[in-house]
This record gives sequence, C-alpha cells and structure tokens, in this order.
Amino acid sequence: MATQAFAANEEFQAFLDAHLERDLLRFSTAGSVDDGKSTLIGRLLHDTKSVYEDQLLAVQNAKVNRAGGKRMDLSLLTDGLRAEREQGITIDVAYRYFATSKRKFIIADTPGHEQYTRNMATGASTADVAIVLIDGSKGLLPQSRRHTFIASLLAIPHVVAAVNKMDLVNYSEERYREIEAEFVALGMHLGLRNIQTIPVSALEGDNVVEHLDNMPWYEGPTLLEYLENVPLYEHESDAPLRFPVQLVQRPDRTFRGFSGTVASGSVKAGQKVMALPSGKTTQVKRIVTWDGDLKEAHSGEAVTLELADEIDISRGEMIVCADARPHALPATSTHFSAQVVWMHEEPLVPGRQYLVKHTTRTVRATAKKIAYRVDVNTLHRADADKLALNEIGEIEFSTTLPLFFDPYRERRATGALILIDPISNATVGAAMITQALKEEAAEQESAPRFAYLPGEHAVAQQLLNELQNSGANAVLLDDAYISTEALPAAARAVQLAGAVAITSRELHESSLADIRIFSRVTRLKSNQSLSAMIALLNADAKENA
Amino acid sequence: MSASVASSPLEISAAEEQTNALLTPQKMDHLRALEAESIYILREAVAEFAKPVMLYSIGKDSSVMLRLAQKAFFPGKLPFPLLHVDTSYKFPEMIAFRDLYTREIGAELIVHRNEEAIADGASPWKLGTQNCCGALKTRSLLDGLKEGGFDAAFGGARRDEEKSRAKERVYSFRDELGQWDPKNQRPELWNMYNSRLRKGESIRVFPLSNWTELDIWLYLYAENIPIVPMYFAKEHMAVRRGNQVHIVDQWTKLLPGEKPEPIMSRMRSLGCSPCTGAIESTATSIPEIIQELITFRRSERENRAIDHDEEGSMETKKREGYF
Repeated sequence: MATQAFAANEEFQAFLDAHLERDLLRFSTAGSVDDGKSTLIGRLLHDTKSVYEDQLLAVQNAKVNRAGGKRMDLSLLTDGLRAEREQGITIDVAYRYFATSKRKFIIADTPGHEQYTRNMATGASTADVAIVLIDGSKGLLPQSRRHTFIASLLAIPHVVAAVNKMDLVNYSEERYREIEAEFVALGMHLGLRNIQTIPVSALEGDNVVEHLDNMPWYEGPTLLEYLENVPLYEHESDAPLRFPVQLVQRPDRTFRGFSGTVASGSVKAGQKVMALPSGKTTQVKRIVTWDGDLKEAHSGEAVTLELADEIDISRGEMIVCADARPHALPATSTHFSAQVVWMHEEPLVPGRQYLVKHTTRTVRATAKKIAYRVDVNTLHRADADKLALNEIGEIEFSTTLPLFFDPYRERRATGALILIDPISNATVGAAMITQALKEEAAEQESAPRFAYLPGEHAVAQQLLNELQNSGANAVLLDDAYISTEALPAAARAVQLAGAVAITSRELHESSLADIRIFSRVTRLKSNQSLSAMIALLNADAKENA
Repeated sequence: MSASVASSPLEISAAEEQTNALLTPQKMDHLRALEAESIYILREAVAEFAKPVMLYSIGKDSSVMLRLAQKAFFPGKLPFPLLHVDTSYKFPEMIAFRDLYTREIGAELIVHRNEEAIADGASPWKLGTQNCCGALKTRSLLDGLKEGGFDAAFGGARRDEEKSRAKERVYSFRDELGQWDPKNQRPELWNMYNSRLRKGESIRVFPLSNWTELDIWLYLYAENIPIVPMYFAKEHMAVRRGNQVHIVDQWTKLLPGEKPEPIMSRMRSLGCSPCTGAIESTATSIPEIIQELITFRRSERENRAIDHDEEGSMETKKREGYF
C-alpha cells in the first residue's frame, strides 16, 4: 500500500504543528426568535472566513432575505432545513464548525422560542461556554432569563451575554450598562461563576470578530477574542477516578479488557482499583490502546484497561480508585433526586416507569414524587402533579438496580442521565442528579437474578433441578419455541412470576444489556462450582421472599 | 468534551520509546478530543445494537472512520462487516483500493449492488441524477441493510458537509422504511445516545459528526492513513466544464466542441464517475492538500451534481433514506 511522501517545507511544517495542537471549545448559542442569533453566528462564520464562496453565492441567490437593503442575510448560512426557512424560525439544534489559529470551535445553535426549551438544554449539555443573546433595543426579556437559567441548570462553566443590535440604540453606552447591570444581577442570583457581557452589532459586524469604531467606550474583548481566550474547563488532576465500563473485549482466551472513556480523574498502570457494585479490588495491569500502552489515562480519553485479576465486570459497571477515601467514591444508590427537563408531549407523572440511561448503564426506574416544579420565568418553586413538555422540576426516582453517580454540579459526566419511555422508546427527559436519597427498605425493589451459562445445557439443567429441589422457583429458557430475540422478554415474564430465569443459550451482548436493565446477571465462571452459584441464587430467592 | 490531558502518540520521541515503552500523557488537542469522542460512539453502538454494519464508501472519511474503529476495538478485530454500495459507476482506482485495503486490514467486506437497475441501464443521463441516486444508491443501500438484517449502520457523514446535515443527530433514527423524519428525531444530550428500537426500525450512527474536512485531512496526515491515490493531483485527460474539471473515462459523453487535454487535477471528494468533478490542483501530498484547502474557498460537495439539483435537495434525499 502506497503511503504519501510528506512535504519537507519547514515553514509549512510549523503551520501544521500549530494546527495539530489547537484545542477544542464547544459553545451554545441561545436567543429569542428576533434577537438575531442566526445572524450573529453567520457573522462569526463569515468574518472568520469559514464560509465557502459557493455557500455565500447560494445565500446571495436565496429567495428569502430578512436582512433588508442590499445586505447579505447571514442568518441563511445557518438556517438549514426547508421548514424553518419557510417559517422564518430555527426549529432544531444545528451544529456549526469553525476554527482560528488558536482553537477549533463547535457551535450548538439552539432555538430560543419557548416551545423549544428541550433543544436548548440539548445544545447546552455539552457546552463549555453559553452565549446568551440579548436584544439591546428590548433589554433582558423573559426568554433571555430562561436561557441563562438553563445554562446554570446544565452547569455550563462560562456564560457570556452578547448584547446585540447596538446599532438600533445608537451604540449607547448608558443603555448597555443598564443591561449589563441587570444581567450581572441575574447571574449572581443563579450562582453563575464566570460571566461576561459584550456589546455587539451582528448585522454590522461590530465587536463580533472585529472592533469597528462605533463603540469607543467599550474596551473589552470582541466575542471571538473572548472565545479564543476563555480558559477551558480543566479537570482537577486529583479528581477521583470514574471509569464506566462500556464494553468488555475478549478477542481471544488470553486477553480480557474493559473498554471505556475516563469520565473523571485519571487511572495509572499499576494502580489499585475497585469494581462497583461488587466492591472487588485488583490492580490495573495495562492501559491498552492501538497506539501503544499508556502509563496513565486522563479524563476524556478512550482506553482499554486490563486488570491483574480475573474479576467479573460487565458493561454498565464502574471502575473506581480502590484506596479512595469514602467521600471520593461515587454514591451507590437506587434512590435519588434530580432536576428534570421534560422533553415529551406525554407528561411525566409520578408512579410511571421509565428507563434511565446513566453513563453506560441502563436500568428501570420509577418516578416517585415531584418535589417541586420551577417556573422558568420567575424561578419560583411550586407544587405540581405532573411535568409537561418543556417544564423543569425536581423529581425523586427509584431504580431497580443501583446507579453509581455524583451530583451533577460536581461532575457532569457522572451526574447526568436521560429518561426513555419503555414503550415508545422516545427520549422523554434529561436529568441532572442533585443527591442520593435514603433508600426506604419497604420501597426498595430487589433485582431478580438471571443465571447465564452459555453453551452449558447440561449444567443449566442440573442447576434447575437443584434449585427446584431446594424449594426455589426456577425456569430454564432453552426451549426451542422461545427465539433468542424473545429471550429477554421471556426472562422478564419468568421473573415477574417469581422465578429465577436460567439459560444456556449464547446471547449477544446487546441482549444481555437488555436483560441487565431489570436483573442481575450471574454467570458461571470456569473456576466456580455449581454449588457456589446455587448458594448465590438461593440467597437472592430468600431475600426476595 | 472539555479540555484535559491526553497522550499524543504523535509526539513520542524515539528516545522516550527506548527508556519506557509506555506513552506519556500530553495536552489533549482537538484531534485527540475528536478521536476519543468517535471511539466512544463506535463502542457504544457495538455494545447496544444486535447487528451493526459500517457503510464503507472508500473515500477519505471512510478511511478515517475505519481507522477509528480499529482503535476502538483494539486488540480485537472489527466486530462488524463493512458494506459498500456499489453503483457500478465508481472509479476503477476506488474499487482496486477497496479490495486491497480491506484485505490488508482483515475486514469482512460486503458489496451490494442494485443488479436489477444496473441491468436496466440506470444512468444519470437516462434517469437524471436524483433518480439515478435513488435507484443505485438509496434503494441499494436500503436493500443491503435489510438483507443483512442490520439494525445499525455507521456512516462517515459529517455535519459540516451540507446544511441539512448540520442538524443531524449522532444517532439518526430511521423508520421501518429506512426514512428520516427531521421532526421525529430524538433529543441527544451529553454523550448519552438512545439505541432503543422496535422491530424494523434502525439507526444510522455518525461517529464523525463533529469532524470538519480540515480535521479529516489533519488526521489522515497525523496518522499516515492510506487513501485512494485519486485525491492526489496528476495529469488526467480531462475537459473543463465551468469551474470543474471532468476526467474523461469510459462513461464520459463529450459535449460538442469538447476536446480532452491533459490537466493537472485531483478529486476533492469521491463519488460516481459521471457525477463527480475533479478540481485543478498541483497538490501531490497531504500537506499540499491541507495548504490548498486553507486557501481554497469552495466547499467540497460543490463538485457533486446531486446537491445542486434544487434548493434543499439533500434534505429530500435524506427523507427518502439516503444517508
């Protein structure tokens, strides 16, 4: 296979090196329909020369023009879908990209219209910086307040208010200072740590990328200068390790590795680690990657851990530091409260069941109680019996199996979860965990067992007999009339009838993941005696009874 | 992903390798951040879908996606096959590269063609580009996915390619007919993707969503990934049509007065021969292409006939099932 000869030009090499070293900043924009948000982004793209000639030509030739006069309608650079061009509003999250010599930027352009709060939360979820658009001629409208609130709810590290349309208020410093004071007060009320305001005119291009001479009284950075220099959220190097196991790799009999992305802290080769929920400890033997083994892997890196001892860890479980002081461990609980942004037409109602996807773990959950609903306009809390589309509230949940989590404000990666409707499969909500709640014994659902003995039909049969002899209910799901596809559903039915489900079928990893949503999967290991497995299953059967 | 520290194997010096075989962590630059995100997506889909497949188009983006998959499942092999939808109009260099490279890395390759339409003589001249794509690409893709019983298909599409793609999810939900409804997509927050499906439904997974054309080239360079030689400029017998250079081959229908001449040119994106133009260029290496790209002011899909048929044409294609 031919590989390419690389140019030896040193100057270009330096340029390339610089490009390879740029870091990545994600920001979200939020604004009301008329704040000129699309125009602002169009301006950023245009003035950083991130727009191709043919795309500009397409904008010039478009049938719609809302800019007026002979100006180019820069908002058309971002308003992509036909429906929204016709309606003149942005209806979904659009992602845009541009780069300067310092950074690559990912923009999540989110609609500001009231009914699209869910999209704004979506765009905000990954952002390092939120840009809140304020119409300088109108001041801090409820919509801008809502956006600032959602930025604080989603714990975006930096929030910047772009006070737009300064051209409409004769570039008045007085007007700008009024809005600035109001915004700073709001930010303090919401507990935002890093806020900034910048007066801009997206239409004329003032203080977006360039300083024009309309606002000599403003000495701060342009919006782009701010974005290029805002410190990126650095994970403290001594943050506790969180490694949600994503995939177990067994390419052959000699290797078993746990793949995943470090969600917090770092992991070192030789380090003592603990698996949750089992509590078993071992050491990291190797940190494996295609590019070679690593000494150490940090937050954000995708690696594969090989452990010194063979301990049973599945997808959805978590590897943490073994010698961590107790407070440095995540909470392990089946009961917690969370701030929920509801995203579906069908409201959240207490008592209803959902699926929770948290890190790499999916479990069954029940919405127990609505602690309160927040009015996004006044920020007042009120009682509620349901949470409707685009409403936000504090909800108490209980899950079938424990989650391993941190409060969202401390660690976004292990404090966030999505809610899925188990019937329609729609993503119905997003939640930020506030805290673990005390597990009430009476309420706690115990997770039934699923005994998995792939390829060992005779052993499975023996297990069935012994369980039945000891008085436990058990069913062997090796029957030819149950298709492999239907096995998770059959297992669930068996468990609902109060029995232990057993199979010797070979199941795909995705079927096992399905089963883990509602039960603890017990696998017969090569070095384990059948009686040990029976003891385990019997203990659970008694616990259930 | 927020900034953090990461190892950059690119910056490992030979001396360091001698003293310690383990890599030292470095600051996480944007390519490492994108790489880690893509690996996460690939692993997530493999863990949660019963039967995934990777759509392999032979182009530069596919080359990057394939390398990312090798990294994601190392030291194991690729846990899914590659599916190439062959319209019969691909450049011979593409097919040669496909067969050689997939064999070299030990990937399982499925080639799917809409033989019926090909036998019927489907062509852009006969059907128009829209309908030809419909028959040879979209139909063929949907049939290939159905035949294989695949519930998830990785695609190399990027959001920066075209406006309707800017709103595409990483997990793009398709109904029983493989169609995309922009109003019926699931919200995607953080890195939590919803893979739940009912029978017949499927998901297109786009691990390169956040990569730009420049990122792709920087990564190809940094990782020394093989690509089809047609991306590099050489003298082709070609004709000029407007801004484009059309390489003359067995399918070319010369217009009156056109006379092929040798033109230094290269492909910026690879598609079907009749509908993909070349650009005039002298770039014969990846750094030269990157240099050209940075000074180049035209988007890469400009040379694709399909996107320019009408305003919003890509959106129409996607609704029908094109990826």
